[in-house]
Amino acid sequence: MMLSVHDLRVSFAREHGDPVEVVHGISLDLAKGETLGIVGESGSGKSVLSLATMGLLPRTARATGRILLDGEDILTMSERQLCRVRGRKIGMIFQEPMTALNPSMRVGAQIAEGLRLAQGLSRRDARIEALRLLEMVKIPRAAERIDSFPHEMSGGQRQRIGIAIALALKPELLIADEPTTALDVTVQAEVLDILDELVAELGIALILISHDLGVIARIADRTLVMYRGDEMEQGETEQVLRRPTHAYTRKLLAAMPGRVRASLELSDG
Amino acid sequence: MAEILKVQNLSRHYTLNGSTIRALDDVTLGLDEGRILGVVGESGSGKSTLAKQVMALDTPTSGEVLLDGRSLFALSPRQLRAARRNFQMVFQDPYSSLDPRHDVGRIIAEPLHLDPAAPKGAERRELVGELLEDVGLSASDVTRYPHEFSGGQRQRIAIARALITKPRLLVADEATSALDLTVQKQILELILKLREEHGISVLFITHNIGVVDEICDEVAVMQHGRLVETGPARAVLDAPREDYTRRLLAAEPTLEVIGRRSRRVAAR
Repeated sequence: MMLSVHDLRVSFAREHGDPVEVVHGISLDLAKGETLGIVGESGSGKSVLSLATMGLLPRTARATGRILLDGEDILTMSERQLCRVRGRKIGMIFQEPMTALNPSMRVGAQIAEGLRLAQGLSRRDARIEALRLLEMVKIPRAAERIDSFPHEMSGGQRQRIGIAIALALKPELLIADEPTTALDVTVQAEVLDILDELVAELGIALILISHDLGVIARIADRTLVMYRGDEMEQGETEQVLRRPTHAYTRKLLAAMPGRVRASLELSDG
Repeated sequence: MAEILKVQNLSRHYTLNGSTIRALDDVTLGLDEGRILGVVGESGSGKSTLAKQVMALDTPTSGEVLLDGRSLFALSPRQLRAARRNFQMVFQDPYSSLDPRHDVGRIIAEPLHLDPAAPKGAERRELVGELLEDVGLSASDVTRYPHEFSGGQRQRIAIARALITKPRLLVADEATSALDLTVQKQILELILKLREEHGISVLFITHNIGVVDEICDEVAVMQHGRLVETGPARAVLDAPREDYTRRLLAAEPTLEVIGRRSRRVAAR
């Protein structure tokens, strides 16, 4: 297994009183080329789980258990070691590309930054590689757009820049936390397709976090349903959505607009 | 049925670096008393610009907004203040729309400051308590502060505030978009209940076509500032006449096909 999480618990220290535990023993396995969807509402612990996997938990957090990436435990790594893992082995895509990107830096330079720092590429080679990445995420007229600023791009294009940055150092694992939540639906569909294609092409593993079962259904091989820091159920996406074993999963499905629910029932029959 | 809201050839243009942006371009819409009209569109469609005009928070380049047959923009500032009790708004983000320094009682009673004839003292407190119960919170919540509530509870507080002047029209701009799905469902049910009990009319602005289907009687689809298609919600969603409406519907996440597209393509 490329990623193997065993009984992960995360708690946060409080100014007064005992620490409060927000992730209560989550375990999961993820192989190369596989996509795991994590679905849950606010407070489910899905984002804390992803931060822990990146080694990005704040100082007030305490994590126990194991997060093995290629057999090495993220939780016991020093900051120095973590710096070599982030970007190189794990890429991350955030919800809001406008805040994740540097507004005063041209997009090509932002993609090239990691290549120059981590791989020691020359300015020229990094730019060539950045252009290749822009084409890979299907930015139209990439050779012109490489010198654009983020504000000159649409939300969907900005998120594709985010994907290009995350993939620049050829990580084995990509973590995307609500990557399409801020986008229009027509754009969301495009970005999900690009993400899915790239993950398949590059044979890397993807963890996609979303509150939207429709997004999960479209992209995840397997799905983990979380609620208040606990696993509700985990399994093949098809199984989880068509034959949920846990009442909470059924509640989530019931909260979807009637049209979406109808589409599930239609295809089931 | 009487038409409570009429939007007539409404346009709002902005000038930016010498070029004109038509944020709202000749939009005509009507909303009957007691009905829920959904305005659906993506970013840049003009749906929030429309909400601002209807709330008289901005003035149009041309066209009219008629409330009960009276032109909103022909009112004097004083008449407009008096008319405001009839239309209230609920915003998208319940974290930024409630003043964190005020307790819930003060937040909910705030719109009454516009009305010299509004109830005061014990009567006012009673009214606030009733509204809290109406939106599914407790009358004892009046002394608590916004940070003590979840997002869904805050949105209920915002709705209670909007209802205190007994408005006849509620404008909800992406009022459930920031909420969890299960909470969104509760708020939609609350809006339907308020319509049933108070006969309130609602202009429901959203990017989510699935939500339109849940609560709207009529729908207006907007794109680039223009009205694309309008009609009874069920009819438009079941048999869209316009290409753009079909595209919106097709892009909506569904559960019809489960699994990665790349795998399905590869398996072929």
